[in-house]
Amino acid sequence: MIHDQADYTREGEGVHEPLLSEKGEETVDVREESPLPDDLTREELALPVPSEPEIARHYTRLSQMNWAIDSGPYPLGSCTMKYNPKFTEDVAADPNAAVHPDRPDRSIQGNLELQYRLQEFLADIGGMDAVTLQPPAGAAGELTGILIAKAYHEHHGNDRSEVVIPASAHGTNFATAATAGYDVVELPSGEDGRVDLEALEAAVGDDTAALMLTNPNTVGLFERDITEIAEIVHDAGGLLYYDGANLNALLGRGRPGDMGFDVMHYNVHKTFATPHGGGGPGAGPVGVTEELAEFLPSPRVRETNGEKGYERFEPAESIGKVHGFEGNWLVLIKTYAYIARLGDGGLSDAAAKAVLNANYLAERIDLEVPYGPFHHEFAATAGDRDAADVAKRMLDFGVHPPTTKWPEMVPEAMLTEPTEIENRSSLDDLAEAFDLAYADVDEALETAPNRTAAARIDQVGAARNPRLSWQALDEE
Amino acid sequence: MSGSPYAPHTDAETAAMLETIGVADEESLFDIPGDVAFDGEFGIDARTERGIRDECARIFARNDDATEFLGRGHYGHYVPSVVDHLADRAEFLTSYTQYQPEISQGFLQALFEYQSMLVELTGLPIANCSMYDAATALAEAATLADRTRSTSGDVVLVPEHLREGKRAVLENYCAGADLTVESYPMDDGIADVDALADRVGDDVVMVYAENPTLRGCIEENLAAIGELAEDDDALFTLGSDVVALSVLEEPASVGADVVVGEAGALGLPTSYGMGLGIFACREEHLRQVPGRLVGASEDAAGDRAFTLTLQTREQHIRKERATSNICTNQAWVALRAAIHAAWLGPDGLVDLANDCVREAAALAGRLDDLSGAAAPVHDRHHVREFAVRTDQPAVPIADDLADAGFLVHVVGEHLLQVCVSDLTAGRTDDLVAAFEEVI
Repeated sequence: MIHDQADYTREGEGVHEPLLSEKGEETVDVREESPLPDDLTREELALPVPSEPEIARHYTRLSQMNWAIDSGPYPLGSCTMKYNPKFTEDVAADPNAAVHPDRPDRSIQGNLELQYRLQEFLADIGGMDAVTLQPPAGAAGELTGILIAKAYHEHHGNDRSEVVIPASAHGTNFATAATAGYDVVELPSGEDGRVDLEALEAAVGDDTAALMLTNPNTVGLFERDITEIAEIVHDAGGLLYYDGANLNALLGRGRPGDMGFDVMHYNVHKTFATPHGGGGPGAGPVGVTEELAEFLPSPRVRETNGEKGYERFEPAESIGKVHGFEGNWLVLIKTYAYIARLGDGGLSDAAAKAVLNANYLAERIDLEVPYGPFHHEFAATAGDRDAADVAKRMLDFGVHPPTTKWPEMVPEAMLTEPTEIENRSSLDDLAEAFDLAYADVDEALETAPNRTAAARIDQVGAARNPRLSWQALDEE
Repeated sequence: MSGSPYAPHTDAETAAMLETIGVADEESLFDIPGDVAFDGEFGIDARTERGIRDECARIFARNDDATEFLGRGHYGHYVPSVVDHLADRAEFLTSYTQYQPEISQGFLQALFEYQSMLVELTGLPIANCSMYDAATALAEAATLADRTRSTSGDVVLVPEHLREGKRAVLENYCAGADLTVESYPMDDGIADVDALADRVGDDVVMVYAENPTLRGCIEENLAAIGELAEDDDALFTLGSDVVALSVLEEPASVGADVVVGEAGALGLPTSYGMGLGIFACREEHLRQVPGRLVGASEDAAGDRAFTLTLQTREQHIRKERATSNICTNQAWVALRAAIHAAWLGPDGLVDLANDCVREAAALAGRLDDLSGAAAPVHDRHHVREFAVRTDQPAVPIADDLADAGFLVHVVGEHLLQVCVSDLTAGRTDDLVAAFEEVI
C-alpha cells in the first residue's frame, strides 16, 4: 500500500514539473491590436503559451504530485475528509442550473426550488427554523451568525461587546468575533476537556453577545452539560452559537436546535461530502431559530403565496449580504444531492460509522488518547515525540497524517478523524502507519518524508525570504 | 432503513470492530444525554443516484431558457473542455488545504502559478491564492486599510455606481472595524475626480474605484485617483476582473495599492454568482494580506518546493489578531482560472478582452439606431456592457424582452443595461430585433 509519488514525478534526483513560465512565455504588445486609445490600455502582457497537450500533461503531472481522499486515508481531525460521491458532480454540471443571479424569479424557478428544498433539509437536520445558503464557507457562516447576533442585540437596544469562546475552539471563531468588532473572552477548558460551568458563569455577563461552541468539541467530546450551558448564556441575555464543524458526529442523534443553540453554521464539505478542492470552494449555510429569522442575509427563498412557485425576499431586519450574490451555488447543488442520496437512514448511519471508526482506530494504535469518551474524532498524544515529525513519517507509510499540535490542550496532539468511509482493513493500515512512525528512531522521524514528491520543506526559509510568484524567482 | 452507501462496513465487520472496542452496539459509543438526544426522523427519503439525477434535472428544467445579456459583476465566457477535464481530476478536486506540503506539491504549484498570473495582470508583486468573490475581497481591502492606515480616519470612499450587494458586504465588514462607507459621485459613467478631490482628506482611509465601472465604462481617471489617494495617505484599491485586466491600464502603473475583483470570469461558467475573489497588493502590505499565500522554498534535498507560507497572519495561528477569518477559500476555482488562462495564453486573453470592447460598441451602436433608444448613455469606451436610455419606461421594456426570451438589467426609470460576451455575440441580431419590437 506504499504510495510512492517519486516513482513517476522525479527524473533523476528531484527534478519536478517545471513552472508553466519555464516552458515558454510570450509578450504581447497590447496596444497594437487594441480598439482602445493607448492611454486607456497597458503596454504589454507576458504570460506562458503552452499548447493544449502541454497543458494536459502539466496539470496531469501536478495532480500526480497531490494526495487526495481518492488516493487514500486523509484523517485530518476537524476537517472531515470523506469520499465525495462522483454523481454529485454530474448533478451540479447541469447547464440549466448555470444561470445569472440577476435573472427575475420567474425565470429561475428551478434554482429557487432547489434552494428552498435545501433550506428545508438543513433546517430539519439542525433543528433550526430558517436557513440561509449565502455564506460561501464555514468561516463566512460564522461571521454571518455573529452579525445576526449583533443585529439581534442592537434591535433590542442592547450594546454588547464580547463573544465568549472556549480555548480549544477553531481559530476562525476568534477571528470571526474580531471581524464583527467584538472583544474575545477565552474560556479555559475544564479538567475533563469540556466547558467548565463555573468558568463559564464567571465569563458571561451583561456584555456577552454570544458563546460560540463546537459540539462535540474539538477533541470529540460531547458537551454533556449543554442544557446548563445554554441556560447560563441565555440567562445572561447572550445567544448560543453552534459551530457546525463536527456535525457529522450528531446526524440523526442530536440537533443543535434541540440543545438550545440559537444560530449555527453547517460545513457542507465536512458533513455533506462536497469536495474541498484543495482549499475550497466550500459553503457555510446558517440556520437560526424563528426569533432570529428576520435578521438573515438577503435574499432568502420562500414559497410564493397563492400560485405555486418560489420567490426571493429580503427579511425585515436583514443584516444585508455576506457574499456578492447567492454564495457558492455549485457546492450547494452537490450538498442537496448528497443529503437526498443518504436520506434519514444514511445520514444516521454516517454518524454511527464515523464514531465507530474513530473508536476502533483509537483502540488499535499505540498512542495514548487522554480525553474520552470521544465521538467522530480523537486527539492522541505523541508524548515525548514531536507530533509534526511523526506526521511527516506517516507520509512514508502511505497515508495522510492527522492534524498535528492542535488543540493545544493535548500535548503533541494528533487530532484524528477517519470518517465513516474507511473500512476495517483500511483502519488497520492506518493504525500500522501510526505505530510504525511513532516507534521509529529519531533520525527517521527528523528526515521524513522520503517517498513524496518533495522531501522535508524548509518552512522557515519560505517565510523569511518570501517568493510568491515566478516573477520573484526570476529576479534572483 | 438503509445505511450510507459510502460507509463500506459489512455487518460482520461492524460486529468485530465493536468487539475490539469492547461495546455492545454503535449506540453505546454516543455520549449524548437523553434530554437533548434526537430520536426522531428528518423525513428525508433516501433516493437512488439515478433518481436524484432525474429529480434535479427536472427541477433545473423549470428555469427558462432565456438568453442572458446580463453582467454587472458576474460574467460568463466560453470555458474550454480542458478546464473541466483537468480540474475534475480527483487528485485536485478531492484534496484538502495543503497542510502537508510534501504530499501536496501539485496543487501548491498550480496555486503559485495562479498567483504569478495575477502578479502579471496587476503589476503588483503580491497576489494571494483566492478570496470568496469580488465583494468579500473589497471588504477585506477595507479592513487592510484600517490596519495599515497612517491617518486617524475612518471613511472608505466608494463610487456612487457600486453594485448594491457588493456595498452591503463591504458595509458588514466595515461595521466591525468601525469604518464608514461613503460614496463619491460619477460624471457620465466614470469617477467625478473634481468631486472626489473635494472629498478626500485626513478622514479617508481608502479610496475605491472600478475599471470598468459598474456601467461598463472604462475609467479614465485612474492615475488622478491614485494621486489623490496618495496625497492623503489613503489606500487606493482598484476593482477589476481578470479579462479586463488583460488590456486595461496596469493597476500598478496608476498607483493602485490593492487590486480586488473577479477572476471567475475565467474558468467558471455562469454560476448564479459564484465567484473567485482577486486580492493583490504592494510589498509593504505583505504581512497584512488576508488569506493563503503559496511560496517557493527548498526541500531537504535542495530542490525547489512549494508551501503555504506566512501563516502567522492566519486565523489558525493568530486567532483574533489574524488578518482575516478566512480559512476555506476558492482554491479549486483558482486552479480552473489558471488552466483557462494558460489555454488562452496572452494572445487569447487580449483577443477575448478586445472582443468584449468591440462587441459592446457594436451592439450599442445598433441599439442607438433604433428610435426610442440611445446607447451608450455614457460617451465612454466600454467593456462588455453599457447603459441604454429608453424613451418609454425601462421596466415594461425589460419585461417584454424577457417574454421574448432576452434578459437585460433595469438600472433606472428609463435606463437599461446590456452585457454582451462571446457566449451571446451570436444572438445580438435577435436581441436587436426583439428590442425593435418592444421599444
